[in-house]
Amino acid sequence: MNAMTLTFLVLATATIAGSLIVLWSGYVVYSIFGLMLSLLGVAGLYVLLGSDFLAVTQIVVYVGGVLVLYLFGIMLSPPDRRERNVTLIGACSVLGAVAALYLLGSARAMEGRWVLPAEPTAAPEGELIRQVGRAFLDRERYLLAFELASVLLLVALIGAVYIARRRVEAEE
Amino acid sequence: MIASLLPDLAQATAASAHPIPVTWYLTLSLVLFLVGVLTIVSRRNLIYVLMGVELILNAASLNFVAFAAYRGPQALLEGTIVGTFVVVLAASEAAIALAIVLNVFGAFGSVRPEDPNLMRE
Repeated sequence: MNAMTLTFLVLATATIAGSLIVLWSGYVVYSIFGLMLSLLGVAGLYVLLGSDFLAVTQIVVYVGGVLVLYLFGIMLSPPDRRERNVTLIGACSVLGAVAALYLLGSARAMEGRWVLPAEPTAAPEGELIRQVGRAFLDRERYLLAFELASVLLLVALIGAVYIARRRVEAEE
Repeated sequence: MIASLLPDLAQATAASAHPIPVTWYLTLSLVLFLVGVLTIVSRRNLIYVLMGVELILNAASLNFVAFAAYRGPQALLEGTIVGTFVVVLAASEAAIALAIVLNVFGAFGSVRPEDPNLMRE
């Protein structure tokens, strides 16, 4: 077992453990920190895959932004510790396990016949970010999607503020 | 045409001495996806449902980037860009959805998914 495998296993464990905390914990705040653990694990996996730009974006936007948003959402909403639907979890776990076994079986049958090279080939240091920047602002590639995404973000944030604002009773 | 899309299979299997096969990433993202679905169907709180959606989005994005990374630098670029868009969409989704949850709580006094039922007869 070399360092890369070990790193993958640690990150995978963190990711799965975090998501299980989201699934099982009875306290909303614990669940949010479980989600944070899971998202950080995924960010680490992005680094392992060579996509460091996406990893930093994930940490800045998700862990820095979305989770704070969730925490505020929790503080503004009531505590709700109603129990989980355990029989539903059991039934769906069985179904999920069957689906996972089936998918793993077919994946093993495919092994060695992937249309993919067997290992990730990372771009040279810093090259990926430069290429991402060029691709985002290239008229022939992603410029339209980039601008649409920025307009979408603007609309979503203004809309969120508008929806969530405290209503002031209209006078007269 | 097809043949040009396939890299040399013998070479691919010979190089599979790489410690982490792509199957591991797919398995991990499968588990993440299933936990997200379980969270959505089993929780009785809209905020947990939203967290389940985040888990599912992350699983899909991880799957996508894993395939892209094993495909080569050019594909990794595309994977990174699509992953960035997923992050942007998830951020705006979270902002809007949490605002809606706040309003649902204000209107119905509850954050259970089955309580908003004004349009039921």
